Amino acid sequence: MTTWQRHREARDARIEAGSRLARGKIVEASDATRLMEAVIRPGDRVCLEGDNQKQADLLSSALLAVDLAKVNDLHMVQSGVVLPEHLDLFDRGVAKKLDYAYSGPQSARIARMLFGGKIELGAVHTYLELFARYFIDLTPHVALIAAVSADRDGNLYTGPNTEDTPTVVEATAFKDGVVIAQVNEIVDRVPRVDIPADRVHFIVKAEKPFFVEPLFTRDPAAITEGQILTAMLAIKGIYAPYGVQRLNHGIGFSTAAIELLLPTYGEKLGLKGKVASHFALNPHPALIPAIESGWVQQIHSFGSEVGMDEYIRARSDVYFTGPDGSLRSNRAFCQTAGLYACDMFIGSTLQIDLQGNSSTVTTSRIAGFGGAPNMGADARGRRHPSEPWLKAGAEADPESSALLRRGRKLVVQIGETFGDKNVPLFVEKLDALTLAEKLNLELAPIMIYGDDVTHIVTEEGVANLLLCRNDHEREQAIRGVAGYTEVGRGRDRNMVERLRQRGVIRRPEDLGINPLDADRSMLAARSIKDLVRWSGGLYTPPSKFRNW
Amino acid sequence: MEDLSFQHRARERAGGTRQTAIIGVVASGNLEVLVERILSDAECRLEIKTAAVGFGEVWNAVIVDFVERYSPGGLKFSINDGGARPDTVSLRLAQAVRLIEEDDQ
Repeated sequence: MTTWQRHREARDARIEAGSRLARGKIVEASDATRLMEAVIRPGDRVCLEGDNQKQADLLSSALLAVDLAKVNDLHMVQSGVVLPEHLDLFDRGVAKKLDYAYSGPQSARIARMLFGGKIELGAVHTYLELFARYFIDLTPHVALIAAVSADRDGNLYTGPNTEDTPTVVEATAFKDGVVIAQVNEIVDRVPRVDIPADRVHFIVKAEKPFFVEPLFTRDPAAITEGQILTAMLAIKGIYAPYGVQRLNHGIGFSTAAIELLLPTYGEKLGLKGKVASHFALNPHPALIPAIESGWVQQIHSFGSEVGMDEYIRARSDVYFTGPDGSLRSNRAFCQTAGLYACDMFIGSTLQIDLQGNSSTVTTSRIAGFGGAPNMGADARGRRHPSEPWLKAGAEADPESSALLRRGRKLVVQIGETFGDKNVPLFVEKLDALTLAEKLNLELAPIMIYGDDVTHIVTEEGVANLLLCRNDHEREQAIRGVAGYTEVGRGRDRNMVERLRQRGVIRRPEDLGINPLDADRSMLAARSIKDLVRWSGGLYTPPSKFRNW
Repeated sequence: MEDLSFQHRARERAGGTRQTAIIGVVASGNLEVLVERILSDAECRLEIKTAAVGFGEVWNAVIVDFVERYSPGGLKFSINDGGARPDTVSLRLAQAVRLIEEDDQ
């Protein structure tokens, strides 16, 4: 007779084995490794919750300590490879295969381990793509997640950093998987129920709160005049003419500069209420002055940001908050919002080639993508019109019938022509290609494909790639804003001048930008302390950003 | 340290009446530009003291573009460079011209 409930029986057996270590659902931290050995089987797909912000750090240490005879060769399916322990798992042989999305701080080590054959790489994904695969072919057998608090039944409060948890739990708990949560505290009643108890099988109380990285805090003191000029070009050359109201910002200094210029330069241009009112965005501290000046109506967030909790609580008209008053973030929904409901993505990258392909991968660093490829892509399933989307579509394809013409999402790459340590932003060949050849990958890790990029902004000007009619024009438009990099100096000067006359390239002087305005006095806040002041003392920056 | 000097013909005289202007700071990755209106209208000169050696070719490219874009006729630029990137140099030169073209305040 065919058995149709083998997975459920297997799950029940795992829970049964784990229950011997638990009182109710609660397992002592000192038994966490034994719990892993009881519920995890060799070769399992395991989601160790960790993304670019919060980390199930206690559970990752516990997993690292397992007896290799009991647990080995795991297939890790997780958003972020961020903690050293995440890679130690592969060094020790606890895990073998990896599918992930982001690896910021571990980017150099992960590259070495890939070259050394320590990790069998599935693929580098964008967040939404990896989440999608949790429901199709990468469903976790076991999920190790992080929450702020739990009650004795197992209801979880994930707090402002809810992030990936609902998605991971949904995929695991409803497909016969086991969910183990580490919590900062066990309480009689959770402030709000983010994850219902019947989806949570074990709870481990951690000695200290889970780690959260303040990834989205940019100190205004470090913003340069070049970045201010670039930001002014973006505001006057893109935000204003397209009337971009719904958007996502990357985390670089150029976009932080834009945020800090809205209440000053943007105000001067009369753009308040016309641009930058609705965001898919983490609670960037740099946006506080624009919020306080009445620019921003609504923000949905992927995660939270350290120090922003009280400010968010006090500005619930702007942020999404729960009945307890604190932020409710959700990475999967916010990524979906960024894909379908935003008209623009603007962010920076490390390398751009002559076709406009960009990547944050270099030969020694594989940083992953996070959300950028998703935000920075045209949603082919989009059907609702909006002014910027239609205008961009018309620029790309002026000949076809308006009623049948797709719009285009504005995908803007912004940066200075020379980055950190004078490394050029523009290259003839992406390091990602060299890496793909060396590792025999089927696909080079491209963050944003050239055919999705609509504009490139540098201190030299704005290149509108929608107006380019062939590959040659496109290449020269890119060279035409590449400054004094080798790529920029290799331009065909006559062609670039013709592109400028057609408005494909626009220089600061073409947009009437006074270079003297590229001054730090133009920033609404010039330090972290200024941001605290703008927030009325509600923003409490982490200590590494305090110098007073 | 390296000293560089560039002499160019400018299309036209820089606007305004101010005789001198100064902008920027001498710091690592930055530069200070002193601009003086002391040459004949078709002339332009740039004298550079730079902390970074061996970048004459890039300086030349930056300055050719600058003269073409801003036509700074009659101006002499004295530059104290702390190894600024070419984009920073471009911005400072543009600011210097703009500053000397502004009316006296």
